Amino acid sequence: MRHPKSLLFIALALCAGASFFTGGINPYYYDILITIGINIILAVSLNLVTGYTGQFSLGHAGFMAVGAYSSAWITLTFGFVLGTSLPAAGSVYLLALFGGGLAAAAAGLLVGVPSLRLRGDYLAIVTLGFSEIIKGVIQNAEPLGAQRGLGGMVQHTNFFWTYAIVALSIYGILTLVHSTYGSGFLAVRDDEIAAESMGINTTKYKVLAFVIGAFMAGVAGGLYAHFKQFIHPEGFNFLKSVDIVVMVILGGMGSTAGVCLAAVILTILPEFLRTVSDYTWLPGPVRDLAENRMILYSLLLIILMLTRPQGLFGKLHFIRSKKS
Amino acid sequence: MIEFLQQLINGLSQGSIYALIALGYTMVFGVLRFINFAHGDIYMLGAFAGFYTAPKLLSLTGGGPSYAGAALVLVAAMALCAAAGVIIERICYRPLRAQPRLTVLIAAIGVSLFLENGGQFIFGADPQAFPEIIADSAIELPASWGDFASLTITIGQVIVIGSTVILLAALRTIVLHTRTGMAMRALSLNPLAASLMGVNNDAVISFTFAIGSAMAGAAGILTSIQQPSIDPLMGINAGLKAFVAAVLGGIGNIPGAALGGVIIGVLEALVVGYVNPTYRDPLVFAVLILVLLFKPSGLLGKAEREKV
Amino acid sequence: MTRFFTILSALLPGVVFSVASAADPFRVGEFASLTGASASFGQSSHKGTELAVEEINAAGGVLGRPIELITEDDQSQAGQPATIVRKLISQDSVVAVLGEVASSKSLEAAPICQQNKIPMISPASTNPKVTEVGDCIFRICFIDPFQGTVMSKFARENGWKKVAVLTDVKQDYSVGLAEFFMKDFLANGGQIVREQKYSTGDKDFKPQLTSIKASQPDAVFVPGYYAEVSLIAKQAKLLGLKVPLLGGDGWVGDSLLKVAGKSLDGSFFSSHFSSDDASPKVRNFVDKFKAKYGEVPDDMAALGYDSAMILADAIRRAGTTDSGPLRQAIASTSSHDGVTGKITLDAQRNASKSAVILTIGGGGFHFVKKVEP
Repeated sequence: MRHPKSLLFIALALCAGASFFTGGINPYYYDILITIGINIILAVSLNLVTGYTGQFSLGHAGFMAVGAYSSAWITLTFGFVLGTSLPAAGSVYLLALFGGGLAAAAAGLLVGVPSLRLRGDYLAIVTLGFSEIIKGVIQNAEPLGAQRGLGGMVQHTNFFWTYAIVALSIYGILTLVHSTYGSGFLAVRDDEIAAESMGINTTKYKVLAFVIGAFMAGVAGGLYAHFKQFIHPEGFNFLKSVDIVVMVILGGMGSTAGVCLAAVILTILPEFLRTVSDYTWLPGPVRDLAENRMILYSLLLIILMLTRPQGLFGKLHFIRSKKS
Repeated sequence: MIEFLQQLINGLSQGSIYALIALGYTMVFGVLRFINFAHGDIYMLGAFAGFYTAPKLLSLTGGGPSYAGAALVLVAAMALCAAAGVIIERICYRPLRAQPRLTVLIAAIGVSLFLENGGQFIFGADPQAFPEIIADSAIELPASWGDFASLTITIGQVIVIGSTVILLAALRTIVLHTRTGMAMRALSLNPLAASLMGVNNDAVISFTFAIGSAMAGAAGILTSIQQPSIDPLMGINAGLKAFVAAVLGGIGNIPGAALGGVIIGVLEALVVGYVNPTYRDPLVFAVLILVLLFKPSGLLGKAEREKV
Repeated sequence: MTRFFTILSALLPGVVFSVASAADPFRVGEFASLTGASASFGQSSHKGTELAVEEINAAGGVLGRPIELITEDDQSQAGQPATIVRKLISQDSVVAVLGEVASSKSLEAAPICQQNKIPMISPASTNPKVTEVGDCIFRICFIDPFQGTVMSKFARENGWKKVAVLTDVKQDYSVGLAEFFMKDFLANGGQIVREQKYSTGDKDFKPQLTSIKASQPDAVFVPGYYAEVSLIAKQAKLLGLKVPLLGGDGWVGDSLLKVAGKSLDGSFFSSHFSSDDASPKVRNFVDKFKAKYGEVPDDMAALGYDSAMILADAIRRAGTTDSGPLRQAIASTSSHDGVTGKITLDAQRNASKSAVILTIGGGGFHFVKKVEP
């Protein structure tokens, strides 16, 4: 597949163009649009770690949290250091996004290193543990609002920035995966021992996957923080990690197109289900069930694994049988 | 000194609960090489099974809390959980046995979330008051023990520790001295060879799930005697700690699970009492990471060579 | 002829519109946790709000128009309040928003209401920061700085000079209330003999209670939520810790007494509402609530009820639902006779009202005294 830079520039131009029309949209729909963008970035970044490199991570929300809090802290502390005009504050915002990503990448490094020796189930639980530890640190950090939450961020995130970063992320991941690095990731996923014996430095690829995935999740966190304008540690808990995992699994691990589509579907679906509860012609319990997103997600996971483990667009050979 | 002993007692009784749950994790891993993420929620189901059956069962034994009634509730919960475990295995895990471990792990996560959120939907998210099946109270220690007389040991704690010991002994008998136990051990060593020797793998696996789930169910009831507030999410925390206990003791190793449970329970009590209660949960993760980094096979486990 | 019809058709929309708006309901938004971990609080406050709206509509509505309550569930998840409040404001065009109980969720939604100049009334968020977001944000409950001093004063009045404090560090409410209690208690000559902590969801408190028992306090302040408090009380009694427990409005919950049984007898807590208050207003409310929902209302329900009533009263006084006048009317709420007491909003848009201290015994809550601000 060719990924000429020109495609990227076209995408960015489209974003810029489209952003002129978003001024008049209903703020509720706008909220959904931005959330879709953020979720795409999260899903694509987790897909790198879990789908392409085969490291099952249940702690992705932790990286998002690091990015969200770091970038929020930066804009809250230094937001007007360059001046109070929009370009000035906006530059600080962009730097903050990048800073949040870097902080998250550092966290990714911290998580990636111990994970080197772990496989499958253990890795999943340890990543979950790290995510809980991150949450615990935030909950005890006064400058970050601890259990009160952190608010007051200026709403810098808009359609253009969100989708520009979406375009950059997708471009970045696709380029990465179709390079020699990509082959390295896939080799680690397919058969780590064979890869080691072929001289591939599996350590490097595993850590790289975590760091890049965490960076992107951190940037997504920054976008999120400057859109919702208020963040709370409980918003980055295990359930949030599960949300992202479901997107990756539904989309098909290893398929960027698949996870993008899954992210869109799984962002719109709960909003649609909200309106279902207004359809009084449906029986009560059905409406109650519709409100309960997690029951539906969990059933989705089970049914997907039983019937179509490769998700929407994943290829079955991605999860070729390993020796059990 | 007294406070230390008190914390030890607290830790021992809490650790027994973790040991019982850890057994399930370890046995299932032994035969299937997979972590049943949903195991902690079976513990929760046990508590709720007791919640719903206790009123009727207690009325059979005279209406109020009694040892006979409690035993009935315990057996009922264990049976219901065993059934639940077998059903879940049959529907969600058996079809995936040929699939890579990741698939069945995800399915297990799905089952766990389903049980938790389904539980919230059906039982309500608010904690429920578990009925009193044993009149719990502190045991009066004879004054002749001097200082030690100020220690508080409750009947509930004694029952928990006692029941755990009995159940562990029963399990050990099953595993070491019955044919099914032998089949379980054979399966965990080499499934293919076991089936060639006439072992019905499917039946033994179902049996393993049944026993493991029954243990978790027992843990659910024993816990509710001392902490009579049950809610659909109670399995998350306990399950996680029990999992770490199983890993600490050596996953796949039954005495290891018991040992791991006790160690985690005591460690927890000491950290909460002497250091900082907020470190209670991070402590468990820290133990897990340390074990996995330095001695992945656990305290009593043997290092497994991975064949290529 | 054509001119006649042109004029008629020009007038028609006006006629249709004015006819329509005569019966057009006022749309009021409500966001609450109806499912998820905080569901019991959200469901309670929602029931109270719903009952109030029903009563208002049965009495002819406000300014001749009924109120349509549009309720959205935030599923106890952070991140949701922002989305659903945006929906309420932009999709459903509500004139005001009622919510939330949890301060963190109110803090998330408040900036959005403030930006859109839609008044928001929180029934039960006690974190001081909520109303600091802007002049469109109001609350009708007292705030934690006041609640902390209430129990501190009560403890001193009862001669309990040495108090141990057991805080839920995972809940900002608990941490805040403990802080305010301790500040006031120490400033007035009291002694905090031990501070211990726990986390929401913990089930075993014996280590902390063992430590507290060793410090020999006269009373223990436990400003947490009912799920953990019930277990704390039970385990305290088991460990032989016999002193009274003191607490705040977080104690109010269905399972508190069911789980704690007799172990909470003789303990005290501050709250917004006492269901055995003999005043006719409260009796009326309790009866109507029992008739509709089959249960006795708790203070979240009472606060939900009062929040809707105050909003309706403000609309009446303003004569319109335009943002500016409506906000003025809400801000000037004075001595509103609510089921949770006489409510006056102060300059910071917080409620100045009395708290009640309740004690527990015989399977229920009993009124002890009222404490004025």
